[in-house]
Amino acid sequence: MSGGIRVVLPAHLRTLAKVGGEVHLEVKGQITQRSVLDALEARYPMLQGTIRDHVTQQRRAFVRFFACEEDLSHESPDAPLPEAVASGAEPLLVVGAIAGG
Amino acid sequence: MSKVRVLVGTRKGAFVLESDGKRQKWDISGPHFAGWEMYHVKGSPADPNRLYASQSSGWFGQQIQRSSDGGKTWEPVDNKFVYDGVPGTHKWYDGTPHPWEFKRVWHLEPSLTDPDTVYAGVEDAALFRTMDGGKSWQELPGMRGHGTGSGWQPGAGGLGLHTIILDPKDPKRIFIAISAAGAFRTDDGGATWKAINRGLRSEYIPDPDAEVGHCVHHMAMHPSRPGVLFMQKHWDVLRSDNAGDVWKEVNGNLPDDAGKRGFGFVIDVHAHEPETIYVVPIKSDSQHFPHEGKLRVYRSRTGGNDWEPLTKGLPQSDCYVNVLRDAMAVDSLDSCGVYFGTTGGQVYASADAGDSWNPIVRDLPAVLSVEVQTLA
Repeated sequence: MSGGIRVVLPAHLRTLAKVGGEVHLEVKGQITQRSVLDALEARYPMLQGTIRDHVTQQRRAFVRFFACEEDLSHESPDAPLPEAVASGAEPLLVVGAIAGG
Repeated sequence: MSKVRVLVGTRKGAFVLESDGKRQKWDISGPHFAGWEMYHVKGSPADPNRLYASQSSGWFGQQIQRSSDGGKTWEPVDNKFVYDGVPGTHKWYDGTPHPWEFKRVWHLEPSLTDPDTVYAGVEDAALFRTMDGGKSWQELPGMRGHGTGSGWQPGAGGLGLHTIILDPKDPKRIFIAISAAGAFRTDDGGATWKAINRGLRSEYIPDPDAEVGHCVHHMAMHPSRPGVLFMQKHWDVLRSDNAGDVWKEVNGNLPDDAGKRGFGFVIDVHAHEPETIYVVPIKSDSQHFPHEGKLRVYRSRTGGNDWEPLTKGLPQSDCYVNVLRDAMAVDSLDSCGVYFGTTGGQVYASADAGDSWNPIVRDLPAVLSVEVQTLA
């Protein structure tokens, strides 16, 4: 592990961003959904608009954020992420929701 | 020797099919962007190796991909389609006002002269343009700002701007079509637009002759005669001889469908015969498969009214696929090739203007779009 915040992307977004496994990000300041996604999109501009809306910055309807076995999707984007994510012990999982049956 | 490249967009990726001018043996590459819906893939007439592709997903939204080597490699370009100003509302299915929301790019139309300029037709209906090869997209707001916009209502497939035709003789003239608003034309490069729906008659709307509200499925034009347009409407095949100012029905002897005729999605024009046109009649708007389980392309050599079914090589029993609006194209070899794709994943090709057909490939995901490039 190379340190920093760990993010696991769904397969389609790994392909789009041309990354193999986990993404490791250096995030300054408070570790929140917003600060992590800002850092993610800065590193991989092609992910802009795929996880949250370009304009409203709201999470896309069929994307979920999990960490530490919790669904954080409905938390405020500015709420601190769990300490285990901030410390790099656990990844933030970006998940394509099950849809369609 | 000439080559043909067929660009196929499907529900689960894009495919590139290539052959020499004989069009008998095909190399198939793909899926590109496996698992994504590829609404449209089209090449630049000014640089055939420059391709643009619309890639979308219900989960992850819209991407635009660009290739500079004929589809071997791709790079994502800007995917930010933001309506100009305050978007306002159109009419929702229940008749209530609904805010304009970007959903996806249905159609990409590269400029006839500049490989870096591309028009994009999107849902909810609007027209965007890039002039830097896809690095940024700007709306041409005059289209959506047409005075009737607040009354536009989506068709069953959404409020998509799905057809863009550039006039090869007048760079300021563009034709577009929206389901279910109708057809529009600009004569000033996109600043202002005129609804061109006179002569369309749609019994499924309160005023069958209304200025807007018609479910135009697709339009086609022969480049040598840009004033002549052909239209496949929800019901009815029509033509206009004055750039859309007035339309007339040319259903003629297309298959009878409980007293009506001419339901379908695709329409296209022969590369060398501007009065030879092709449609694929589909049984009614409630069934969406070919009449009698027979997949038949209908060809008119008289610009409509007088139609002949083309069946050689096409399944003539138990066939229940659909052919969607952007899924037919022609090449420009001496003997004009005609191509179409089905929701059953077949891409059929004819190297003799429709007289006989063969499947290039049989088992792709459902085909959303087919475009053809004729390469020197």
